Amino acid sequence: MIEFILGKYNYWIYIILMMIGFYAMIAKNNLVKKIIGMNIFQTAVFLFYISIGDVKGGTAPIVWEGMEKVIYVNPVPHVLILTAIVVAVSTTAVTLAVVIRIYEEFGTIEEDRILEALED
Amino acid sequence: MITEHFPILLIVVPLTSALSTPLIGTLNKKYCWYTAIFSISLSLFMSLYILNAVMHTGRISYWLGNWEPPYGIEYAIDYLNSYVLVIVTFIALAVTIYSKWSVEKELPEKTVLFYTVYLLLITGLLGITITGDIFNLYVFLEITSLSAYTLVAIGKKRNALVASYNYAILGTISATFILIAIGYLYMVTGTLNMADLSTKLPPLYDSKVVLTALAFFMAGFSIKVALFPLHVWLPDAYTHAPSVVSAILAATSTKVAAYAMIRVMFTVFSPEFIIVRVNITHILSWIAAFAIIVGSVLAIAQVDIKKMLAYSSVAQIGYIMLGIGLSTKLSVTGGILHILNHALMKATLFLVAGAVIYKTGIRNIEEYRGLRREMPLTMLAFTIAALSMIGVPGTVGFVSKWYLLLGALHEGKWVFALVLILSSLLMLVYFWRVIENIYFPKMHVAVAMDGGDKKKELPYTMLVPILILALLCIALGILAFIPLKIVGMISQMLVG
Repeated sequence: MIEFILGKYNYWIYIILMMIGFYAMIAKNNLVKKIIGMNIFQTAVFLFYISIGDVKGGTAPIVWEGMEKVIYVNPVPHVLILTAIVVAVSTTAVTLAVVIRIYEEFGTIEEDRILEALED
Repeated sequence: MITEHFPILLIVVPLTSALSTPLIGTLNKKYCWYTAIFSISLSLFMSLYILNAVMHTGRISYWLGNWEPPYGIEYAIDYLNSYVLVIVTFIALAVTIYSKWSVEKELPEKTVLFYTVYLLLITGLLGITITGDIFNLYVFLEITSLSAYTLVAIGKKRNALVASYNYAILGTISATFILIAIGYLYMVTGTLNMADLSTKLPPLYDSKVVLTALAFFMAGFSIKVALFPLHVWLPDAYTHAPSVVSAILAATSTKVAAYAMIRVMFTVFSPEFIIVRVNITHILSWIAAFAIIVGSVLAIAQVDIKKMLAYSSVAQIGYIMLGIGLSTKLSVTGGILHILNHALMKATLFLVAGAVIYKTGIRNIEEYRGLRREMPLTMLAFTIAALSMIGVPGTVGFVSKWYLLLGALHEGKWVFALVLILSSLLMLVYFWRVIENIYFPKMHVAVAMDGGDKKKELPYTMLVPILILALLCIALGILAFIPLKIVGMISQMLVG
C-alpha cells in the first residue's frame, strides 16, 4: 500500500493538482478564480507529461562523443508539452480578455451577480 | 506535381490568408472578404480533388517534411475524412459568400479581425479532419476552439461574453481531457500516429491505462460534440454569436468534433474493442436517444429562433451519435450521412435566421408573421430546410432518418425506432410554429403588415448561398445515391 502511494508519488501529485484545478473551475464563483483553477488543471497535465518522459537515472538527451552508453530521458513528451503550454497561455489570454470585457459591461466578475444582471 | 501537396496546401492556404488578412485589411477592409472567398474556394477545389483521388486510389498518406510516419507527422486521408473535408469547405464557402453584408452590418468596426479569426477557425477545422497524428489533432482542436471562443465573444449583446466565457471553460476541460488521454496512450505505446496506434494497441486492450484513455477521450469529445448532458455551452454560444458565426459553428464545428470522435473510436481503437469488449457504443446510443428527446423538447420551449435552432442542434447531434452507437452498417450509414445532411439544413436555417435579423432585427418566432410578403424566397428556403429537418420524403432529412430507422429495426431495437419517430413529431411541433407564423398569420396581424408593399429581399450575395443550400436539401434528398455511394464505402470501412 505504502509502495503504491510513495512509489508513484509523481502521479498522485498530478491527480491531486488536477482535482484542485477542476474543483476551482466548476465551483468557484469568481471568474478570475476559475481561470486560476484552469491554469492549475492544465499545469497538472504538464507535470504528468513531464513525468512520463522521465527515465530513472536518465540525463538530458544531448548526444556527444564518448557518451553513447548513457541513459537519456525521453524528450518527446517534453516537446509535446511545450506545444500544450503555448496553447494554455493562449487560452488564458483569451479568457482573461473576455473577463475584462465582462467587467466593463457588467461591473462585476462574480458569476451570480452576472447571472442576476442577465435576467433583468 | 503540385497536386500531391494538396493535403498540406489545404491547411496552408487558409492559414496564410488568415495571417495576411490583417495586412490586407489595412489597405482596404473590403479586400478581406475577397481574400476569404479566394482561399476557401481554393480549399474547396483541393478537397474535391482529394476526394476524387481517394475514391479512385484509396487512402492517401502525406508525410510532412518527408519524415516517415511513426516519427514524423502524417496526414492520412481516407473515405471518411475526405468526405468531411468537402462538407467543411463547401459550407464554409457558402457562409463566407453570405458573410459580406451580414458582417459589415453586425460588426462594422471588426471586419478585418473577424475574417482573420474566421479563417483560423476554418484552418483548425480542416486540420482536425485531415491529420493522421493524434497530438496534431489536439493542436488543431485548440486552434478551432480558441477562434470559436473569440468569434462568439464578438457578438453584439453582452450575453455573448458570458456565453463565450462558459464555452471557453468547458472547452478547455474537454481539450485537457483529450490531452490526458493522448498522454495515456503515449505512455503504453510510445507512438502518436493513429495508424501506428491502431496496430500497437490491440495487445494492450486489457490494460487499465488504455481503458482510462478511452474514457477520457469519450468525455472530452462529448463536450466538443455537445452531446447531452454536456451540451450546456452550446445554446447560449449559438444564440448570442453573430449570425455568420452561429451558422458556421452549427454546421461544421460539432460535425468535425463528431468526426474526431468516430476517428478515435474506430481507427485508434478498433470496432471490436469499442463494440464487443467495452461496449461503449451501447451506452452512447442510449445517451444519444436522450439527447434527441431532450433537445427536441427544449427546442419547443424557445421563443428566440436562434435558441430554438441551437437546441435542435443538440437533438441532431443525437442522430449522428445514435447512428454510430447502434453500429450496424445501416445505422452508421445513416449517422455519417446525417453529418452532411444536418450541415446543409442547419446552415440554411441559421443563415435565414441571420438574414431576418439583418433585414428586420426580428429574433422572436411570433414576429415572423408577414415575413412571407417581405422576403418570399428566403422564407421558402427556410421552409424547405425545416421540412427537411422534420424528415419529409424527398428531402435529405428523410434519407438519413430512414437509414437510422432501418438500422434500429434491423437490430430489433424498437425503442430507438420509437425515439426516432417521436422526435420527428416533436420537430414537427417546433418547426410548424415557425411555418405557421410565416404562411398562416392570424388575420388582424396580416392586415397590419400589408400596409407597405415594399419588397425587401436580401442582397444577392446573401440570397444565393441560402437558395443553393436549400436547393441541395432537396436535390441530395432525391438524388440520394450520390452521397450514399461514398457514405456506403465509409460504413463498410468502419463496421463492415
